[in-house]
Amino acid sequence: MHQTEAFHQRIDKALHNEQARTSFRSTMSGLMQKRAAQFPDNDELQALRDQARAIRAHALTRQPELLEQLEQKLTANGIRVHWAETAQQANEIIYQILHAADAKTLVKGKSMVSEETELNHYLEQRNIEVLESDLGEFIIQLAHEPPSHIVAPAIHKNVKQVAELFHQFFPELGYTENIDELTLLARQILRDKFANADAGISGVNFAVAETGTLCLVENEGNGRLSTTAPRLHIAITGIEKVVAKLSDIPPLLNILTKSATGQPITTYFNMISRPRQPDEKDGPQAVHLVLLDNQRSSIRMDEELLDTLRCIRCGACINHCPVYVQVGGHAYGTVYPGPIGCVLEPQRLGLEKTGILTSACTMCGACAEVCPVRIPLPKLINRLRAESVNAARSEAHINGKGSLRKLTESQAWAIWRLLYASPRNYRLFRWFATRLRGLTPTRLGAWTRYRSSIKPAPRSLQELAQQEGFDHE
Amino acid sequence: MNELNQKTARDNILARLRNNRMTQSASPAPYLPSYGWSQAEKIQRLSERMQAVRGEVHRMPRTDWVGWLNQELPKRKLHNILLGETANAELFRAQADAALTLHRYDRVIEDWKQDLFKQVDVGITDTLGGIAESGSLILWPTPQEPRLLSLVPPVHIALLEADKIVDNFAQAMHQQHWSEHMPTNALLISGPSKTADIEQTLAYGIHGPKQLIVLILE
Repeated sequence: MHQTEAFHQRIDKALHNEQARTSFRSTMSGLMQKRAAQFPDNDELQALRDQARAIRAHALTRQPELLEQLEQKLTANGIRVHWAETAQQANEIIYQILHAADAKTLVKGKSMVSEETELNHYLEQRNIEVLESDLGEFIIQLAHEPPSHIVAPAIHKNVKQVAELFHQFFPELGYTENIDELTLLARQILRDKFANADAGISGVNFAVAETGTLCLVENEGNGRLSTTAPRLHIAITGIEKVVAKLSDIPPLLNILTKSATGQPITTYFNMISRPRQPDEKDGPQAVHLVLLDNQRSSIRMDEELLDTLRCIRCGACINHCPVYVQVGGHAYGTVYPGPIGCVLEPQRLGLEKTGILTSACTMCGACAEVCPVRIPLPKLINRLRAESVNAARSEAHINGKGSLRKLTESQAWAIWRLLYASPRNYRLFRWFATRLRGLTPTRLGAWTRYRSSIKPAPRSLQELAQQEGFDHE
Repeated sequence: MNELNQKTARDNILARLRNNRMTQSASPAPYLPSYGWSQAEKIQRLSERMQAVRGEVHRMPRTDWVGWLNQELPKRKLHNILLGETANAELFRAQADAALTLHRYDRVIEDWKQDLFKQVDVGITDTLGGIAESGSLILWPTPQEPRLLSLVPPVHIALLEADKIVDNFAQAMHQQHWSEHMPTNALLISGPSKTADIEQTLAYGIHGPKQLIVLILE
């Protein structure tokens, strides 16, 4: 099926899911309010955004040096660093580490990069038990669904659905629709897993080159448990997450948690610089970091599109998107939904596969207004729209350029240009359009699916004005 | 993927990163806000933030905490207490109420992991300081106070010396020269474990401690 048709089918399905739409609406408006409450002083907010933008932009310009410094520091600290160009390579590396350590069971902290590589599926096929330990991720793992939001992955489900899911998988624990009780059930179920897992897998929010430090932001404690209780910890992250200095962290952390969930800070901020040392009594004996490229280095080649890589994955753009709130995360059909998804995924996966996502934007600009690192999302979406219909527009390294070009559409625009570029042609067109208005087609593709067709008036505005005695021109 | 292929992957990625026409962006300005709060204001702010996320805060003279625990722990039916090997831990051990069962985190985790997960009610730790702005505790776990001590027990009691509360995170990093000697693990803890993954409704005690009790020692 063509990507456009598939996308429209997913949207149609999403729009008919009243329950999920209710969840998205209430959650997004709650998150917007909570974020706004964290930034009472607009000047301070703008200054903090400038700071965060500068830190991320600077880190991107120095990315190759910083990655080398990060590797060198981490290695000196005793953390093994691995490089993967593709998702497949990252999965292979992780499997090999697990295999060599004879690790059969693992607990995972939330990691969107591991969603990118479909790591769980890869490992399960190789008989490794993978358990998502973030409550939202745990819920959707039980349901065999992908996340519908990068920060709140199970937000499309209501409490009744979660209760039924828990009851289906853990009937011995009894049925409850009380959120506090469900939370304690999850605690009970996962506690044994933390105590017995051979390995923990986590993402990384920031990787500090200066000190060789991996930073993790979380509320539940599952991230700390996954990175502390098992004997082996493997972190996976995109190469863009590196920042230069430890002093870059406080402002980034500050704006990240406030933008994401409207919290002044999360419960835990976990900074890992070493595996367990000889005199230490706990913590993993081995720590590995997998640095994944997966098209990021290609995105960085374009001076405009590289802004995509400043993203710190707070999800504020998603929370404020009028399209996302209607259709939800699954309609996008990609790992990252919403405005950042519309920008990142077509570049990561190719315009020929996901270029149509750029149509899921009204250009309202809400996302760019809240982005903590000032990514000009609408501008980038517009740029990708142009790339997807015009293969020769730029030299950018994007797969599938021009793949959404339609002959009818490009001919229509060519004719439009012919008519509107010359006054004589335009007047001629106007005369025919008004006199032959009965011949206007009634079906104009998507336009007339939900609207009546456009029919020119019997006389043009200019003609009417002349009749009323206005001067010519 | 073998070592050789990984080296190729590394070289390819770095080559692509170096092969572009990127304009250099300016270094970010240093970020070191200072609010000039008095100690009383810092304590106040930290307490408010902590309480807003259901952290329990008690202020007391620095000589009183052992007595407070001897009184409170039995009352709350918290009997299995895990301590590290710090001076404060020894102080408590010497004076603890006889009704309490004290455990010592003096072995590597592999020797007693199941017991730690199942038998301990409370973990007591020191802190390196506190952050007023966000209501956070700073912990740098040590061999004397291992990482799981503040994580696995359902209740975490943290001792915080009032004069070690700073305005904000940036200040803490700067004053304590973090970048020169990062520990194996550094933590900010701002309340008990929580989640909002079901209907964005806040629920406490998901995986980490269900309760965080901060004793501010003045």
